[in-house]
Amino acid sequence: MSQRQIIQAFEQYQKSRMQFVQTVADMATRQQNIELLQKAGVISMLRPLLLDVVPSIQQTAALALGRLAENNDNLAEAVVREDILPPLVQSLASQNRFYKKAAAFVLRAIAKHSPELSQAVVSCGGVNALVLCLEDFDPGVREAAAWALGFIARHNASLSQLVVDAGAAPLLMQCLQEPEIALKRIAASSLSDICKHSLELAQTVVDTGAIAHLARMILNPDAKLKRQVFSALSQISKHSVSLAEMIVDAEIFPAAMACLRDPDDYVRKNVITLMREVVKHTPELAQMIVNCGGLVTVIDYLDDSRGNLRLPGVMMLGYVAAHSENLAMAVILSKGVPQLALCLSEESEQHIKVAIVWSLGQIGHHTPEHARAVATAGLLPKLLQLYMDASSSEDLQAKSKKALKSILQKCTDVPLLEPLLYEAPSNILKHVVCQFSKVLPKDSKARRLFVTSGGLKKVQEIDAEAGSPLQEYINAINGCFPEEIVRYYSPGYSEVLLKRLESYQPA
Amino acid sequence: MAERLIKTQLEHLKREYFCRNSQAEESAEKENQVATRIQSWYRACRVRAYISHLHKKAVIIQKIWRGFTARARVRQMVKAAYFIMKMNFYDEMAVRIQRRWRGFFVRKYIHSFYARKSYMEGLVIKNELVRRQLDELEDLQKRERDCVEMVKQQTAKLYQAHRLHHLISTKQCPGVFNSPFRTAPHEIELLLRRVKYQPPTKLVPRGRVSLLGIPGPSAPSFPETHGSPWNKSTRNCTSRPTLPPINKKKQQLSSDRTRQPSPPPQATPDPRQFRPPISCPPALHHHQV
Repeated sequence: MSQRQIIQAFEQYQKSRMQFVQTVADMATRQQNIELLQKAGVISMLRPLLLDVVPSIQQTAALALGRLAENNDNLAEAVVREDILPPLVQSLASQNRFYKKAAAFVLRAIAKHSPELSQAVVSCGGVNALVLCLEDFDPGVREAAAWALGFIARHNASLSQLVVDAGAAPLLMQCLQEPEIALKRIAASSLSDICKHSLELAQTVVDTGAIAHLARMILNPDAKLKRQVFSALSQISKHSVSLAEMIVDAEIFPAAMACLRDPDDYVRKNVITLMREVVKHTPELAQMIVNCGGLVTVIDYLDDSRGNLRLPGVMMLGYVAAHSENLAMAVILSKGVPQLALCLSEESEQHIKVAIVWSLGQIGHHTPEHARAVATAGLLPKLLQLYMDASSSEDLQAKSKKALKSILQKCTDVPLLEPLLYEAPSNILKHVVCQFSKVLPKDSKARRLFVTSGGLKKVQEIDAEAGSPLQEYINAINGCFPEEIVRYYSPGYSEVLLKRLESYQPA
Repeated sequence: MAERLIKTQLEHLKREYFCRNSQAEESAEKENQVATRIQSWYRACRVRAYISHLHKKAVIIQKIWRGFTARARVRQMVKAAYFIMKMNFYDEMAVRIQRRWRGFFVRKYIHSFYARKSYMEGLVIKNELVRRQLDELEDLQKRERDCVEMVKQQTAKLYQAHRLHHLISTKQCPGVFNSPFRTAPHEIELLLRRVKYQPPTKLVPRGRVSLLGIPGPSAPSFPETHGSPWNKSTRNCTSRPTLPPINKKKQQLSSDRTRQPSPPPQATPDPRQFRPPISCPPALHHHQV
């Protein structure tokens, strides 16, 4: 055979390989094809093409594998089983940048599904190879490597520790400082994934000087970058007081509140999450945020957002109010309680309601002033209803009972306590009656109100065992009124009078 | 005679002496005993008197001594009691002073009611201030975004006008957008009249370059646009702003395609950069503080 024919045969084979790989890559973009491709045994076909002579075929094969594994964890497991990872990882060190990008894409697509698959990637030496890619010149390669490392670190603390031990943190910090926005985003997201697991990891990241760089990026106009930056800051600050203080010292706060008016929902949510994590630790930090006007921004945020986005805002108000009575009063003065009442009536998810109820309990349990502020918003009957509603989850019932009890123990306002007399079950009724027995002996106007609104009548109708604390409270209440009135309102009084009438002989 | 007398006296004496001695000898024992008894009695009396004398004196001494020490002790006790009384008084007074001071100090500095009240009032004012500032900021940002949107839309319209330049109406024939049944020409017609036609050149780099030189929001980044990794000319650096090509060279290079005369006196802008004759609404630059 002539040389031309031989060369032609080889060229034709190469062309057909190229065409196959490109077609598979294009088909893999559509979800419905993936199952069919898997049944056709695409992975075992792509495996030898990964080691092909022609670089562009290698790259396209890797790209196709990545797309296949991305959305489908069966395929990802199949890729791991077919032992594709070791050659992929080895060639990661040597090839050109397109191949590196494609290979990093494949590693990322596999690692994202579960910790076991990430462990498989790690045990092939994937982490070291990816960290080497992080030092590459090409920003696209760095981005792909950072993304893959982020997905590996996301699952649990031990994987994050492996990533950090391989020296990823300083390199990710350098990626943060690059001008390309996409690289910054991915680096911030990976840092956030690393920090979220434990204090030591967060400390390692902070030691490389993350906070200053993240703080500088807050005013960047790109919304997705801001999401990741705030997410990273909140993951760092959640672990300890000193980290939260470092973040506050970086003078983030007045600037972060400007981001609370960003049109992007998740930027706002992450800012509020950051504020919540900072406020959680000590009263001084909470005080600092309140002094910057943080409360009003949170309340406006609660007004604007719906559903799950409200959860961090509600919890932030609860944490602020929990620290001290001053801060709880600050929350009340910033009109937090009506906003929380509105949220309670609008939301239907159980866990959000639990958070709102808990916050209300934290606000109201300090002094009678606070309890009055909560009760005037009409929240006591609502809390009672949540407690007694059979469709509330157990958590919701328990928390609303606890909140109701703690607020009731400080509530001294008779007109606000009265509606509870009629509907409450006996364990709550005990507290209500106890409060009455404390307030009524001292206040004559309250006594008059109590009688005219029918409260005394209701108290007489309560059935309590003799000697129980409830009976003692009832006796204390009865002791505040003259005997005729008590007898007048006691049940069955009309029969007693009629019996006297029967036995009466006119003179 | 005297001798007889003396003899009788002597005899008498002898007899007397003998009698007396024999009597004395007989009563000697008894007299001894009696004498002893008398002597012992006397001695006892003497001793007793002596002892009682001693006792009395001793009692006197002890009496005086004990009075002396007791008085000294009492004086000491009185001094101590006085001292304790004084100290109690001082303590009581010190407690009163400390109580007043601590109450004052705590009420003024630590749990100051007025400080708390003014803090709460200040907080409400500050909240309002922050809210207003944030509203203004949001307004500003919204206006900026709207302006950018508007500029983008204008650019798009101008680009459209550039592509549809051939639909401009001529003296003989009214264009599509200039229907004789309309009262006034359509806005696109007006745009078409304003746009200067520039022939497209080959050297302008691909990719959307907007008015401000910043790449558009769909800047390619792996792997969103996975346009051909086998195409070697994929752009890698996405945020480099592109400069407009220099006019003279462009005209020369494209001279083989379209014979253009020397460039008009005013600077010809890049065909891809449509400098719109409409400027941004004045409101944009108004608040750029």
